Amino acid sequence: MSLDLRPLFPELAVVAASLVALVGDVFVRGPRARMAWPVAGVVAVSVAGVLVWRAGDAAFGSLYARDALGNALQAVALAVAAVGLLLARDYLVRTGLDRGEYYALVLLSTVGAMLMVASQDLLFLFVALETLSLPLYVLAGFARDSHRSQEASLKYFLLGSFASALLLYGVALVYGVAGSTALSRLAEADASFPLLVGLGLVVVGLGFKAAVVPFHAWAPDVYEGAPVPAVAFMSVVAKVGAVGALLRILPATVPHLLSAWQPLLAALSAATMLVGNLAALRQTNLKRMLAYSSVAHAGYLLIGVAAGSDAGVWSAVYYLAVYGAMKLGAFGVLTFLERAGVEADEVEDLRGLADRSPAAAAAFAVFMASLTGLPPTAGFVGKFYLFTAALEAGLLWLALVAVATSVVSVAYYLRAAYTAYLGPARAGVRVLRAPWAGVGLGLSAGATLLFGVLPGPLTSWAQRVAALLR
Amino acid sequence: MEVLLFAVSAALSLAGGVGVVAARQPVHSALSLLLVLGSLAVLYLTLAAEFLAVLQVIVYAGAIVVLFLFVIMLLHARPPESRPSPVGGQWGLAVPLGAALWAGLSYAVLRLPAGGRELPPEFGTTEAVGRELFSRFLLPFEVASLLLLVGIVAAVVLGSSPAPPSVPPRSASGREEA
Repeated sequence: MSLDLRPLFPELAVVAASLVALVGDVFVRGPRARMAWPVAGVVAVSVAGVLVWRAGDAAFGSLYARDALGNALQAVALAVAAVGLLLARDYLVRTGLDRGEYYALVLLSTVGAMLMVASQDLLFLFVALETLSLPLYVLAGFARDSHRSQEASLKYFLLGSFASALLLYGVALVYGVAGSTALSRLAEADASFPLLVGLGLVVVGLGFKAAVVPFHAWAPDVYEGAPVPAVAFMSVVAKVGAVGALLRILPATVPHLLSAWQPLLAALSAATMLVGNLAALRQTNLKRMLAYSSVAHAGYLLIGVAAGSDAGVWSAVYYLAVYGAMKLGAFGVLTFLERAGVEADEVEDLRGLADRSPAAAAAFAVFMASLTGLPPTAGFVGKFYLFTAALEAGLLWLALVAVATSVVSVAYYLRAAYTAYLGPARAGVRVLRAPWAGVGLGLSAGATLLFGVLPGPLTSWAQRVAALLR
Repeated sequence: MEVLLFAVSAALSLAGGVGVVAARQPVHSALSLLLVLGSLAVLYLTLAAEFLAVLQVIVYAGAIVVLFLFVIMLLHARPPESRPSPVGGQWGLAVPLGAALWAGLSYAVLRLPAGGRELPPEFGTTEAVGRELFSRFLLPFEVASLLLLVGIVAAVVLGSSPAPPSVPPRSASGREEA
């Protein structure tokens, strides 16, 4: 067997940067030298991004495919990692958490997501999923002196392990039917009760990672307790991995079983949009609100999976890219705020932000508008594509639920944006200087606006993944 | 004979599993885990996976459980506090859902296509497992090393003491200091 490592160069570049951060951290002292880790991370991620961009189709054995879908989602994961690293630096220095391990864990988790969206075998998918998740559990508990952070980490770990076990049950059943864990064999399997139960359990395991209702209960608690930059990163990268894997397993592998899984996915999607948006209405804590918003967006992303069509798949890829930009940005604004030495995470803490930091307030308004789905932001274009895909797939009711819940979401997103423009600032809340996070925020806001005003290039780029389905 | 062996080891592993979660002393939980892992090794033997059975005994029963026992003893296991169970009110939901999962999975397993494939004679030997691991499953094997690396980093991060007191105490939410 010949070993051609070239398809894996992007992943290897990211692994190398994580090792540099891990080993190098032992030898350096002082925050200035530690600046090297996010820089190395961003450089490696960019190099990997260029490699992914230029990569053609290739395979590593029968387990790993470098195809259009994998490349597109890997590029999203890499962009998320770059912005995630930028957003983290100032916060970590300020809170005394600036350690090489943080950057290494972010990068290793990114590798997990990259492998997950490219895996062609359920067994490998599981290993990649754990590589994605395990660093996230640790990142959630990275603030060692915060009980809430520790609690978040433990909750995430216990529930995540439970979901992984269900996923493994599903993989075992699929293996029992198809005689193999390879997706290529699964594609030939006929519908049978064990196969559908197996696929259902795989969906449950992945749905947990994407915070799909009814497997979302962990999300608000974990997002509230974990450090903000870690939340920003995990809320996006976990969805890239999980939704990417769902796209690869369901519409790309078993389109012939569409009539069996489409109702289930559509129901999950509708329930997720309803519960996420309605629960978000009542939140006064900004992190919890954004957590429920992230649940709701898992529902919107599932529309693309449930549609089961080419349009559904590329719309979901498009929306993942957009979701990454706006969600990272929304949490990124929070890294600028501090109340009495702790995170300022109440909606009310945003008061007066417009006077003290007009740029951050404007960016926050853009992210909120985009999360709602208002033009001219990218969120509008993404939702438009997804809803159209639902209509074309004959899921009129799902599109109606999606539109209705989007209207509901106007209330809480715009209330938060409006609060930022209300004076005067709340006592004790400080707006900090954070140049690194500023760069990350600028990138996210720029992408959110650019893809809203000029959706063409990103759309044609996302549409390339549809070629996979033929 | 094989059915008897399966029945006995399956029952033992189930009993061990119940013991792990039901035992009040951590040591008893760890020893129950030993029972689970040991009887699983027997199950592997009945499935002709000899190498896996040996690994199971050496790695899990031999190393991991011993590590658990060391940790428990180092922590000077105190008598368990009698607190109300944190899942008290959830039994009403947990039991039916668990039963439904069990019934659904059992039915699915019973409906699996009958009749296995003919196994090659070298199935389950060290050589056959090694060949698969280093050819077809090379990539997951290497990625598992990343996973172990994350595990080590996790232990270092979570095992490190919180930031020194010179740094003002911080929490993730303002409610905590109230």
